[in-house]
Amino acid sequence: MQKEYKTVTSIAGPLVIVEGVENVKYEELVEVRMPGESKVRLGKVLEAAEGRALVQMFENTQGVSTEGTKAKFLGDTMKIGVSKDMLGRVFNGAGLPLDNGAEIIPEERVDIMGAPINPYSRDFPNDFIQTGVSTIDCLNTLVRGQKLPIFSGAGLPHNKLAAMIARNAKVSDGSQFAVVFGAMGVTFEEAAYFQSEFEKTGALENAVLFLNTAADPVIERISTPRIALTVAEYLAYEKGLHVLVVLTDLTNYAEALREVSAARKEVPGRRGYPGYLYTDLATLYERAGRVKGKQGSVTQIPILTMPEDDITHPIPDLTGYITEGQIVMSRENHRKGIFPPTDVLPSLSRLAPTARKATREDHEGVFAQLYAAYARGMEIRELAVILGEAALSDDDRAFMTFANEFEDKYIRQAEDEDRSIEDSLDLGWELFKILPKAELKRVKEDHIEKYMKD
Amino acid sequence: MSEKKQGTIIKVSGPLVVANGMKDAKMYEVVQVSNENLMGEIIELNGDEASIQVYEETAGIGPGEPVFLTGQTMSVELAPGLLTSIYDGIQRPLELIEQEAGAFITRGIQVPGIDREKKWDFVPSVKVGDHVQEGDVIGEVQETKLISHKIMVPPALNGNIKQIESGSKRVEDVIAVIEDADGKVHEVAMLQKWPIRVARPIQNKKVPKTPLISGTRILDTFFPLVKGGAACIPGPFGAGKTVTQQGLAKYCDAQIIVYIGCGERGNEMTEVLQEFPHLEDPNTGEPLMQRTILIANTSNMPVAAREASVYTGITIAEYFRDMGYNVALMADSTSRWAEALREMSGRLEEMPGEEGYPAYLGSRTAEFYERAGIVECLGSDDRAGSLTVIGAVSPPGGDLSEPVTQNTLRVTKVFWGLDATLARRRHFPAISWLSSYSLYADNVIGYRGKEVAEDYNQTAEDAMDILQQESKLEEIVKLVGMDALSNKEKLVLSTAKSIREDFLFQNAFDADDAYTSLKKQYYMIKAIMTVYYEARDVVEQEEFEFNTLTQLPVMEKVVKCGQIEDGDWEAYEALIEEVKTAIAKLKN
Repeated sequence: MQKEYKTVTSIAGPLVIVEGVENVKYEELVEVRMPGESKVRLGKVLEAAEGRALVQMFENTQGVSTEGTKAKFLGDTMKIGVSKDMLGRVFNGAGLPLDNGAEIIPEERVDIMGAPINPYSRDFPNDFIQTGVSTIDCLNTLVRGQKLPIFSGAGLPHNKLAAMIARNAKVSDGSQFAVVFGAMGVTFEEAAYFQSEFEKTGALENAVLFLNTAADPVIERISTPRIALTVAEYLAYEKGLHVLVVLTDLTNYAEALREVSAARKEVPGRRGYPGYLYTDLATLYERAGRVKGKQGSVTQIPILTMPEDDITHPIPDLTGYITEGQIVMSRENHRKGIFPPTDVLPSLSRLAPTARKATREDHEGVFAQLYAAYARGMEIRELAVILGEAALSDDDRAFMTFANEFEDKYIRQAEDEDRSIEDSLDLGWELFKILPKAELKRVKEDHIEKYMKD
Repeated sequence: MSEKKQGTIIKVSGPLVVANGMKDAKMYEVVQVSNENLMGEIIELNGDEASIQVYEETAGIGPGEPVFLTGQTMSVELAPGLLTSIYDGIQRPLELIEQEAGAFITRGIQVPGIDREKKWDFVPSVKVGDHVQEGDVIGEVQETKLISHKIMVPPALNGNIKQIESGSKRVEDVIAVIEDADGKVHEVAMLQKWPIRVARPIQNKKVPKTPLISGTRILDTFFPLVKGGAACIPGPFGAGKTVTQQGLAKYCDAQIIVYIGCGERGNEMTEVLQEFPHLEDPNTGEPLMQRTILIANTSNMPVAAREASVYTGITIAEYFRDMGYNVALMADSTSRWAEALREMSGRLEEMPGEEGYPAYLGSRTAEFYERAGIVECLGSDDRAGSLTVIGAVSPPGGDLSEPVTQNTLRVTKVFWGLDATLARRRHFPAISWLSSYSLYADNVIGYRGKEVAEDYNQTAEDAMDILQQESKLEEIVKLVGMDALSNKEKLVLSTAKSIREDFLFQNAFDADDAYTSLKKQYYMIKAIMTVYYEARDVVEQEEFEFNTLTQLPVMEKVVKCGQIEDGDWEAYEALIEEVKTAIAKLKN
């Protein structure tokens, strides 16, 4: 019952209205064909009314006219064919191969919207993932099945950090991750960087890449992360792999969403973003997790650039309400030449408390002590700016030295430096030597004896 | 279900479906949408056109498909079997959904909220011939080890017991027959229904005076909540709303907990689910799950069901309150509920109020929080029950001027403000002592003076005063340095530091530290404040070296006063005496 209609009556931005239609379903896929053009453009139904369908195109509407354009309703929602053979391949943002490789023969066709995981069927994530980055492993521990975004800013090296994590990530049993990478509206260079990084380290054969670059259609970006996550879920729950999903850049995604919302003349929420931005982002982020009785897991590292480094901007703000913590990048540390320029104090991993118990006995204490001492050191540093260093007490000066050393030795590490969690913890003990012993309140006495080597 | 009346869909837009041919429909009636039987509720009627909010995903639904009327308004099922359940926003047990659909929630699943087959041992407490009125308890079922589920005469029914059963019964079995004054005979089963948007009837409300003890020191000592009160916890992400809410659910001294995860993280609900059956109730020693009902609508579950979830939760909570229990309800987070309202309002093309929220946001919020209270329940025994509501709010960007926070603050009397700066310093619970308040502080003076210690209120007040002074002195220190302060001011600062670090700081993940009894809280703050009281005069002596005070060996013990075991009051008394003697020795 696929009918073709020639009744396109209005085109506005990415939205097309088709009149006189029958039996149109909400979210149904639509093929739009221009006269004399062999290529079809895809869209989906945003609003199905009697005799009238509002269609959102995934591609631009340039050249589409109300005269002669044909719209065909496919009677099905957007699906993607998935297969284990997708590993090692590169696709565009709509899921079509980009690498001249063989065509993918799908083992299954799956709706890209996914279905919510029943909270009752979830398994609580607590398997520690070692990323080789001290500020993550020790201070903001990542676990399998978590969603931990990187809040970055324009010009900060979040891509390097993400590549570093993807390269190093391993769980305690030593197994590697399959990586699903979704790029939304990033520049060609950024996409190429990831591609070459994966090729260089041989990780590509364990990775699936979906690339929607800045030059690709804006609206396609709304589907790209969903396609990536659909493939990730398939690999995790059907094929038993541990999958790490890196999505970049969610800011571009949210902007695409705003564009559609504005074209629909919806009542805007904050800063013109649609009121349902939270719900929409949640349908992406919540697809991370573990499921009882299934071997695999989906771990997400979404990257977003905060406009003007403003963490209260709706995109990072709503993201933070959904994700289980955040790794915040600091422009100040970047200026000081520290890589990775993690801003330790506002960073957080909500799932860390259980994960910390599974590493080394002193992890909890070292974590708490590092945070407390660094926070105090930072306060004293501010004080010293006003009063001058001479006005500081000996204790205060020790804390300030600690803060400096912490940034220089603990946060800073070489891009190819893969620190084990034990290394990160030992390094913490090394730094504690700077502090007066009486101030080590958060670590246990017997741990001091055991781990603080003179 | 006998599907007699039906209309036809004319428009689908996300969770909003418009249908015509709906002349027989009533407001808030439950309908089944399309042949997939998606559950929906009528939220607007216009001629024979009805706007329906659909509680499930509407992809693939289109105009021309049928809508079936059910004749019922959106209701919850109330009967033994509620406790230990985990429901979605419209009271479908998630466990049964898993059995039907597997790990991912598909749509059109119809499962009953209460198990119809399970048999319960019903013990009647009335006999044939007794006169009963609405709300009277006619028997009990031991639902879990902790809770005896009271079976009550449904509201608006009065009469004489004609027949009463006992023994093993299913929830739908008739357990009593009541003949009313007109001679009409009513059969009563354990299973009753109640519409979620209507508050359950009570005799009257009372003024709350008993504190709800949470075991969280900053809350109980400085910003107490009462049984039957309403509190609001706004805060930016990462400040610890959920940890605070979960702490309350674990340790507060209510008898029944209803926990609503409204538009929140799936993994967090899983954590609650996996943790609660293993955690012991500090008051009874039984697993916490036995007194708990969970409602989970995670952020990726259908948005309209999020709107319903808070009502589903509060109706169940009211039902247990009516039995005479102290019930506490946590809603995390009400902002997501408000956003669901906004989304539906937008699709209905209503005129928006502030920030796109509908103009009725304020009245809906007030309606919800007003369902809290300590009440005289229906029934001739005038039993009292209470319902305490604690709502988390997630203000965008932590900006408290936004409409949801402001509307909530207008109707709640306790404000526990979370502070991102404290959270960044890893001071938890990150509840700001400068901005939080409790208007119930006066209500509990009597209780605290009688049950804990006469000088508890005064000590707490003085401690708060010290914290306020600290914030001012800190400004001065920033400008001119510590040396410019007098000894007296230094004492304020060191006492404030002690209050913050040794009393207010509390580790929710440490089994021993997570809960502190009210009496222990009193002794801790008393020990810390004794240093201040005793040293006040001493430090003002001429040429007094302030360090001689801080270096007293007894100060070490004050720092660790929290480690003295709960109940060992003699040890606390001894410590307080020791402080007094040690400081007295510093006098010239």
